[in-house]
Amino acid sequence: MINTTATIAGVSFKNPIVMASGTFGFGREYGRLYDVSLLGGISGKGLTLHAKAGNPGIRVYETPSGMLNSVGLENPGVEAFLAKELPYWETLDTARIVNLGGNTLADYVLGAELIQRDADARQLAGNPAVDMIELNISCPNVKEGGIAFGVKTPAAQEVVRAVRAATSLPLAVKLSPNAEDIAEMAVMCEAEGADAVSLINTISGMKIDVRRRRSVFNNLYAGLSGPAIKPVALRMVHQVSRRVTIPVIGMGGITSATDIIEFIMAGATVIQVGTYNFMNLRAGSTLALELQQFMKEENISSLDEIRGIV
Amino acid sequence: MATVISNERLAEGVYHLVVEGGNSGEMGQFYMLRAWGAYPLLSRPLSIHQVNDNGVEFLYHVVGEGTEILAGLNPGDPLELEGPFGTGFPQVEGKVALVGGGIGIAPLYYCAQKLPGSDIYLGFSRESFRTEAFRPLAAELTVDVGGLILDSVDFSAYDHIFVCGPHPMLKAAQLKGIAADTAGKRPDVYLSLENRMACGIGACLVCSVSCKDGQRKACADGPVFLAEEVLFHD
Repeated sequence: MINTTATIAGVSFKNPIVMASGTFGFGREYGRLYDVSLLGGISGKGLTLHAKAGNPGIRVYETPSGMLNSVGLENPGVEAFLAKELPYWETLDTARIVNLGGNTLADYVLGAELIQRDADARQLAGNPAVDMIELNISCPNVKEGGIAFGVKTPAAQEVVRAVRAATSLPLAVKLSPNAEDIAEMAVMCEAEGADAVSLINTISGMKIDVRRRRSVFNNLYAGLSGPAIKPVALRMVHQVSRRVTIPVIGMGGITSATDIIEFIMAGATVIQVGTYNFMNLRAGSTLALELQQFMKEENISSLDEIRGIV
Repeated sequence: MATVISNERLAEGVYHLVVEGGNSGEMGQFYMLRAWGAYPLLSRPLSIHQVNDNGVEFLYHVVGEGTEILAGLNPGDPLELEGPFGTGFPQVEGKVALVGGGIGIAPLYYCAQKLPGSDIYLGFSRESFRTEAFRPLAAELTVDVGGLILDSVDFSAYDHIFVCGPHPMLKAAQLKGIAADTAGKRPDVYLSLENRMACGIGACLVCSVSCKDGQRKACADGPVFLAEEVLFHD
């Protein structure tokens, strides 16, 4: 019997495959293609307190082995999410993670309070629908907030502390590879009471249209994701997992079962799949099957056997 | 998995791809195509040119790495098809004009089959293609090479006008639709938009379109929109 389960702060994941924020909507669209309850979890589209229209102009550009995106956190806002999406999330048998972004410290706190209040009410009814908050302090594509909080540890500390005080839900903090010192950032998160750290968000990058002599993106820079960033992500997961005792949620360019195993061996407890969802709309069901097969072939009966062994 | 039946070059950089598999879809919907491994990263959205029990057909223009690979496909080659996706043209009654510019004629062939008796207007900048296939389906066929096909269309003569073509043509069609008035009634002008997409199913929000009622998704809410709903920023 192959055991793919993992637990973070009491939240159980039937397998380590979690869909990364921004690539999976709130799960509905992919849910029409396959049973998303096959997944370990879903991290929903990044939310801000108020609805956001996102960035104008080109929002995606392919690069060798990766893609740049500049969506700019287009989202319906926390309240619309709670009203319109949670009834669907209630039906899912998978870990449900709300990804929370913000423009200001107050936005983060108010957002977390709203989610907490709603979770409390649903808990009374028997199904909280939200199992965890993933705090996004690392979106590179918004002018205010976002990554501004995620680069310098003292600024990040203020946000993590305030949100930790605002919610009793399990809290993961999503870190930026652009942080001055990502390991120090993770240590701070643990000290402030975070239950996990997620890494990495996209790497700030650029593409120039040489004929028009300008960046293809209105915001100049955009976030690089996909297989191109996997070696960097793996290294960071390895570094961070050695510095903290809380679980690490690893992500960056995962497209296969062996990629998943690499992240687990580097120390991740669960992983997230992002850009691969666009390369293969059935990425979740493909990977779930591949992972079982790989573990069988390699005689791995539980992910605990190999976690952090490198 | 689907299989290529034929992949014929029609004009400079323009191909007609016939595929076995994926035999469903409405007019104006699209499929995501992929005939490669990991790279290019993203699949390519192509609108349905025609669909029947045998499979689905596409017309495409080679514009980058993905469509270049498609152009190299031979009969018997495998490819991945996901779809059909999107909200296409509505089935309508009344007098209809189908107006296509360049590769924008692609989705209109299926419309012509579904809406017999429509007037069809096809415009090309340099070289026409596929026009003879449209002829038997049209009440009246107008072909223009080198001009502006919209100049040939009397917007006030129709109840419904379906337009697909380059961005400036769509903007112009929106304005002509607003300006047209037949006995106090404007024609319904529908535009099929083209936009960069990553997922094609409404999850990534890469293809957002600014509309009067807020942001909509070209892949799921569209690609077909009522012209008056779309806000063109440039």
